[in-house]
Amino acid sequence: MASDTPGTTGTDRVKRGLAEMLRGGVIMDVVDADQARIAEDAGAVAVMALERVPADIRRDGGVARMSDPALIEGIKAAVTIPVMAKARIGHFAEAQVLESLGVDYIDESEVLTPADELHHIDKWPFTVPFVCGATNLGEALRRISEGAAMIRSKGEAGTGDVSHAVRHLRLIRGDIRRITMADAAELYGWAKTLQAPVGLVREIAETAKLPVPLFCAGGIATPADAALVMQLGAEAVFVGSGIFKSENPRATAGAIVEATTHHTDAAIVAKVSRGLGGAMRGQDAGSVDLRLAERGW
Amino acid sequence: MAAKVGVLALQGDVREHAAALTELGAHPVDVRRPGDLGGIDALVLPGGESTTMSLLLESAELFEPVARRLAEGMPAFGTCAGMILLARDVVGGRPDQRTFGAVDITVRRNAFGRQVDSFETALEVPDLGQPPVDAVFIRAPVVERVGPEVEVLAKVGGAPVLCRQGPVLVAAFHPELSRDLRVHALFLGDL
Repeated sequence: MASDTPGTTGTDRVKRGLAEMLRGGVIMDVVDADQARIAEDAGAVAVMALERVPADIRRDGGVARMSDPALIEGIKAAVTIPVMAKARIGHFAEAQVLESLGVDYIDESEVLTPADELHHIDKWPFTVPFVCGATNLGEALRRISEGAAMIRSKGEAGTGDVSHAVRHLRLIRGDIRRITMADAAELYGWAKTLQAPVGLVREIAETAKLPVPLFCAGGIATPADAALVMQLGAEAVFVGSGIFKSENPRATAGAIVEATTHHTDAAIVAKVSRGLGGAMRGQDAGSVDLRLAERGW
Repeated sequence: MAAKVGVLALQGDVREHAAALTELGAHPVDVRRPGDLGGIDALVLPGGESTTMSLLLESAELFEPVARRLAEGMPAFGTCAGMILLARDVVGGRPDQRTFGAVDITVRRNAFGRQVDSFETALEVPDLGQPPVDAVFIRAPVVERVGPEVEVLAKVGGAPVLCRQGPVLVAAFHPELSRDLRVHALFLGDL
């Protein structure tokens, strides 16, 4: 219980610290306890508990909401690794429920139908840490200013097409590099352009990185996809539909874990890619009608 | 010459350990493959997920060579997941989880609770003097049993959180996150 904890809970360092521990790992979407065990057996550093993977949310349509607490509790009981769960953008009551369930991280996610057209959740008052999606640096910094302790690219979830995740990573990392070359006066211009707090822009100019870990999500379906985004500067990867929509989830999960760790060693990526069976079929992210990445602001 | 200190770089907060070692004048080397172990004087096992690291140690064919070096007396320092990997016995882990057994302790995984119970505290470590060590605990393990050869250097609520057996130091917390370099210095001082 938090009240018996021998120290201070919910600090920035504690929230961001768990994200640091997940670096170099793979976080897998799972919809039941069996899938959660497969993910853990394959070496996942955490699982995302949800009712439907993004590909099915896309197919089914309708309003996508927080998962049933019983489902989340079943998954928590099945594994020893951290369990994350998704709340709708702006739906702080769903986030309160997830915190009370003791999930380890909340994903305020564009994959679910947003609950607020203007506001994201004020994440500072929570003890549980949050991860939020971003398509560019300004969006990432706005989420950090609201209290996000981890940022992930949005990509285009449920497509199995990695191109949008690549675009988002390149935009975020490219602007970080450019900011490190700006002089003091130009940083105000950057803050205005990015619509982000100047303090955070200054921090980036000094450290050449986001103040929180930057992970990649949205469209990763193969070991080589994971190796690609890791080399582009992602610090860990989320795989949603890519594992349990593949022909051989167990092998695909293990192969993506290996490729994430050994992302610069092409011989290992080749070895784990061999004979995996079909990846998720997927669809061109440019052709989908429902652009999940456009949710959030 | 600066000590060459390997940092097990399969997963976790490798960068923070490497930065702490560099700041103290050591030369950190990422260890991902058996060949990376050649020429290192010591090994740091970082924080992360111990189940993931166990699997990756096996698939990278690193488990046996690391175990051999530890048996030959290579100094090692493990934080959180690294502490679990260096412990003799693990409770609350996976049945197939292998550990190096370099420190005669039994640890219980995630025993301080889930992430909402993760905390930071000012930790009294008599060997390191004042001020207390700035200690961050993330889903931290608890040491439930300590063998006769093990020195307990610090405790939280009666539970050991910093232990040493010969050249092997283990911490349930993350000195690499708080940048209080005294614990790393204590480890390097033994080299």
